[in-house]
Amino acid sequence: MSAHASAAIDDKTFYLREEHHPENGTLLGFWTYLMSDCLIFAVLFACYGVLGRNYAAGPSGADLFDLKLVAINTAFLLLSSITYGLAMLEMEKNRKGTTLFWLGVTGVFGACFLGLELYEFWHLIHEGATPQRSAFLSSFFALVGTHGLHVFFGCVWLITLMVQVGQRGLILENRRRLMCLSMFWHFLDVVWIGVFTFVYLMGTL
Amino acid sequence: MTPSPVEESVLFGRLSLNALPLHEPILVVTFAAVVLGGVAVLGALTYFRLWGYLWREWLTSIDHKKIGIMYVILGLVMLLRGFADALMMRLQQAMAFGGSEGYLPPHHYDQIFTAHGVIMIFFVAMPLVTGFMNYLVPLQIGARDVAFPFLNNFSFWMTASGAALVMASLFVGEFAATGWLAYPPLSGIAYSPGVGVDYYIWALQIAGVGTLLSGVNLIVTIVKMRAPGMSMMRMPVFTWTALCSNVLIVASFPVLTAALALLSLDRYVGTAFFTNDFGGSAMMYVNLIWIWGHPEVYILILPAFGIFSEVVATFCGKRLFGYASMVYATVVITILSYLVWLHHFFTMGSGASVNSFFGITTMIISIPTGAKIFNWLFTMYRGRIKFELPMLWTVSFMVTFVIGGMTGVLLAVPPADFVLHNSLFLIAHFHNVIIGGVLFGLFAGIAYWFPKVTGFRLDPFWGKVSFWSWTIGFYMAFMPVYVLGLMGVTRRMSKFDDPSLQIWFVIAALGAVLIAVGIGSFLLQIVVSFIKRETLKDVTGDPWNGRTLEWSTSSPPPDYNFAFTPVVHDLDAWHDMKKRGYVRPAGGFLPIHMPKNTWAGIVLAGISTVCGFALIWHIWWLAGASFLALVVTAITHTFNYDRDFHIPAATVTETEAERSRYLAAGV
Amino acid sequence: MAGTHAENAHGAHGHDDHGHGQSGAGHATLGGYLTGFFLSIILTAIPFWIVMGDVFRSTSTAAVVLLVFAAVQIVVHMVYFLHMNSKSEGGWNMLAMIFTAVLVVITLAGSFWVMHHLNTNMMPGGAHDMQNMEGMRPAETPEPR
Repeated sequence: MSAHASAAIDDKTFYLREEHHPENGTLLGFWTYLMSDCLIFAVLFACYGVLGRNYAAGPSGADLFDLKLVAINTAFLLLSSITYGLAMLEMEKNRKGTTLFWLGVTGVFGACFLGLELYEFWHLIHEGATPQRSAFLSSFFALVGTHGLHVFFGCVWLITLMVQVGQRGLILENRRRLMCLSMFWHFLDVVWIGVFTFVYLMGTL
Repeated sequence: MTPSPVEESVLFGRLSLNALPLHEPILVVTFAAVVLGGVAVLGALTYFRLWGYLWREWLTSIDHKKIGIMYVILGLVMLLRGFADALMMRLQQAMAFGGSEGYLPPHHYDQIFTAHGVIMIFFVAMPLVTGFMNYLVPLQIGARDVAFPFLNNFSFWMTASGAALVMASLFVGEFAATGWLAYPPLSGIAYSPGVGVDYYIWALQIAGVGTLLSGVNLIVTIVKMRAPGMSMMRMPVFTWTALCSNVLIVASFPVLTAALALLSLDRYVGTAFFTNDFGGSAMMYVNLIWIWGHPEVYILILPAFGIFSEVVATFCGKRLFGYASMVYATVVITILSYLVWLHHFFTMGSGASVNSFFGITTMIISIPTGAKIFNWLFTMYRGRIKFELPMLWTVSFMVTFVIGGMTGVLLAVPPADFVLHNSLFLIAHFHNVIIGGVLFGLFAGIAYWFPKVTGFRLDPFWGKVSFWSWTIGFYMAFMPVYVLGLMGVTRRMSKFDDPSLQIWFVIAALGAVLIAVGIGSFLLQIVVSFIKRETLKDVTGDPWNGRTLEWSTSSPPPDYNFAFTPVVHDLDAWHDMKKRGYVRPAGGFLPIHMPKNTWAGIVLAGISTVCGFALIWHIWWLAGASFLALVVTAITHTFNYDRDFHIPAATVTETEAERSRYLAAGV
Repeated sequence: MAGTHAENAHGAHGHDDHGHGQSGAGHATLGGYLTGFFLSIILTAIPFWIVMGDVFRSTSTAAVVLLVFAAVQIVVHMVYFLHMNSKSEGGWNMLAMIFTAVLVVITLAGSFWVMHHLNTNMMPGGAHDMQNMEGMRPAETPEPR
C-alpha cells in the first residue's frame, strides 16, 4: 500500500529499516461505517415502500403531511450543511475561533430541525396518527424518527467536538474527528433528500 | 411455563423470583454445576492472584492476537453449550415415540432448538471466524495491529456481552421458543409474551454492534495496512476471504439490526410492522431477515475456504493452483450472495417469476464454489501431500461439502423445495455445509495455526481420534436425517407417531454421541499437548514450512509482530523470502510505536449488558440510566488523547536476541 | 463510540499534518460549497413546487420527476459536500459507495418486487381493499389470478 519507502527497494530488500507508517484509516473506516448505516436506512425505506400504503382505514400521508413545515425543515438542514462546510474551510485555515462559531451555528440549525420535527410528531400523535395506528404510520415514524435520532446524536457529537476543539485546538486528532462528523452530517442530508422526496412529497401526491 | 402476565414493579420490572426455573430439574442441576464451577474458577483466580494479570494482559488488551485468542475461547465455550443442546434434542427425538413424550416438555424443547441455532451461528461460528481473522490478518499482511485496536477490544466485549445474555436466559427467565430467526407473528408480543424473544433480540443487537465494528476494522486494516509491496493480488487467500467476509458483514448486519429493531418496536411500542392487523406484513420480516441471512452463510464459509486454501498449499508444498481464479470466485460469491435470499422462502407464494429468478441465481452461485473445489484438487494433483491433521480435515471437507452443495442445489429447484421446505432434509443440508464446511475448516485452522499461537504443536494422536469421530459421527448423525426429510418428516418436532421412523432417529443420536467423542478428544488433545509441550515445541516459528508472512515471526509472535516491517515481492511472501536467502536482521532495531491498553471496551460492553438486561425485564429506570451511562462513558473515553506509547529499542533488541539464541539452540 | 484511535501514523511523526491528500474530503473550497448549496436549493425547491402547486396532472409522471430530482440532488451532495471523487482514499471510498448503492437498489427493488408479487398472489381481491383505502392508484390494483 504505502508508497513510503524513501530508500530504494530492490529485490533483495526483505524488510524496511526505518519505521513504517501505514496511512491513517480513520476516514475510510468512518465512511465504511456510514455505508452500513446507509443500509439501515435502505431497510427502513423498503419497509416504508412496502407498508406505506397500508393505512388500515386510518389517515394517509395526504391527510397528515404539512409540506410547508417539511420545506422549512429541509431549509434548516441545508443551511446547517453549508455552515458545516464553512466550519471546515475555517479549520483548513487553522482558525479556531471562526471554526467554533460556524460549528455552533450548525448545531443551532440542527436543533431547530429537531425541534420542528418533534413538533410535527407531537402534532400527529395529538391528532391520533400514532405509530400504532397503522403500518403506514409505523414505518413513517420509524424512518423519519431514525433520521431524527441520527441528527440528535450528531448534535451531541458536535457539542463534544466543540469542547474538545476548545480545549486542545485544531490538532490533528480533532481535525480528523471534525472531518468524520462532517461526513456524518452531510450523509444525513443525503438521507433527508430521500425522506422528503419518497415520504413527504410522493406521499402527498 | 409461559409466564402468566406478571405484575410489573417499578424497581424490578417483570423480574421476580418466579423467573428462576426452580421447577425444572435439568436446569437446577446445570445451574448448580455452573455456580460451583464459577466459584471454583473465581476462587482459583483469587488464590493464584491472577486478577491483575488477567486485567492487564487480557481483558484490557488491544493486541489483536490476544483478542483473537479470546474470540476463539469464547467460541469453543459456547460450542459446548450449543452441542449440549444438540445432544438433548437428539435424545428427545430418539425417545419420543409410541405415545412417549420424551423427557423434555414441548416448551422447553422449543427453547432448546432455538438456543442451539442462535448459539451455533452467532456465538460459536461467528466468534471463531472473527477470532481467526483477528489473529491472522495483521500477521499475514505484515502489520503490527489492526487499524483501530481499541475498537477491536470493544467489538470483542460486545460479542461476549451478547453471549452472556444468552447464557443468562438459561437461568433467569427463558429463551425464545420461536426458532433461530424468530419469525413473527409467533415472535410478536401476542404469541410470545415472555422474555424469551427479548433475550434473543437484545443478545443479537449487542453482539451485532461488535460484529459490525470488527468488520469495519478489518476492512480498513486490510485496505490500509498491508506491508510495502503487497498489492491486492499478492495478498494471501485467507486475507482475501477475510476481506470479502468483512465486506459482507458490514453490508448485511445493518439489515439484521434494522429488522430486529422493527420487531422490538412491535413488541415494546405496539407498532404494526409485522403484525396480522393494522396493515402489517409478517412476510416483510422474513424477507428482510433473509437479506441478511443469506450473506451471513457466506460470512462464515468464505474464511473457511481461505483456511483450506492456505492448508492445501502448505501441505502439498505447492503454490495454490489458480490463485487469481480463487480470488475472483470469492469476489463473485460476495456479490451473488445478495441475490439469492428468496430461496429460503420459495413457499411463501411470490409466484413463478420471482421463484425462478432466485432459483437460477442460487444455482449460479454454486459455480464459483465448484471452481474452488477444483482449485484445491488441482493443487493436490502431483503435489507432495503430507497428511498432517489440517490436511485430513481438508480432504474430509472436500468430500462432505460437495455432498452438502449438491443437496443445496436440489433445494434451489423451487418445485423440489415445495416438497422439502421445512423438512429434515433442509436440516441435514445446512448441517452438512456448516459442519462439513465451516466447522471442519475451523478445526483445520486450529490444528494448522496452533503452534503459531502457543509455541507448541498439537498432539496428532488425539487429533486423529477427534477427526475420525467427527467425520464418521457427522455422516451417522445426518445421513439418517436426509432420509427422514425425504420421507416428509418436518423440523422442530418434539415427538412422533410413526414408529417406523424411530430407528433413523436412534442412528442419528448415536452419531451425535460419536461427535461428542470428537469434541471430547479435541479438548483432550489440547490438554495432552499442553502437558507434552516441551517435546512438541515449535522452535523455528515455521513448523510446516509455511508460505505466508505469519510463519516468518516467532511462535508465539512478539507483541509487535515484526521487528521490521517486511517488504513483499511475490505471492506467498515468506516462501519467496526463504527461497531467495532471507537473513533475520540482528541489530539496528528502532523503538516501535504501539497502542496502549484500555479499560473502555470491557466497561462499555458491561454497561451494554446491564442495559440489555434491563430492557428485557422492563426495568425502565435501569435501562435509561445505563444507556445514559453508556453515552457518557463513550464520550469520556474520547477525551483521552494519550493512547499510544513506544516499545523501547532496547526491549526489541532483547526480544529478538532471545529468539536468535532460541533458534541457535533448536537447530 | 467515535473514539477510534491509535493510528500508527501520528502527528509526532510529521505525517499527514494537513489531513488532505488522504482524507475523504478532497480539496474543499468556498466556491464548491456555495455551488453545491445553490444547486441543492434549486433541486429542493422545484420538487416542492411540483407537489404543492399540483404541476403535473398525472401522479406517476410527477413521481418519476421527483425521483429524478432526488437522484440528481444526491449526486450534487456527494460531489460538493462529501467531496466524493474517484481518487479519495485511493478509490476505496468510491468503490464502497458504488457497492452500497448496488445493495441499496437490490434491497429496495428486491423487496418491492417480492412483496408485490406476494400480495398479488396471496391477497387477491377484497382483502386488499382494506389496505388501500386512500391514495391508491387504480392502475396498481392487483388483478386476482
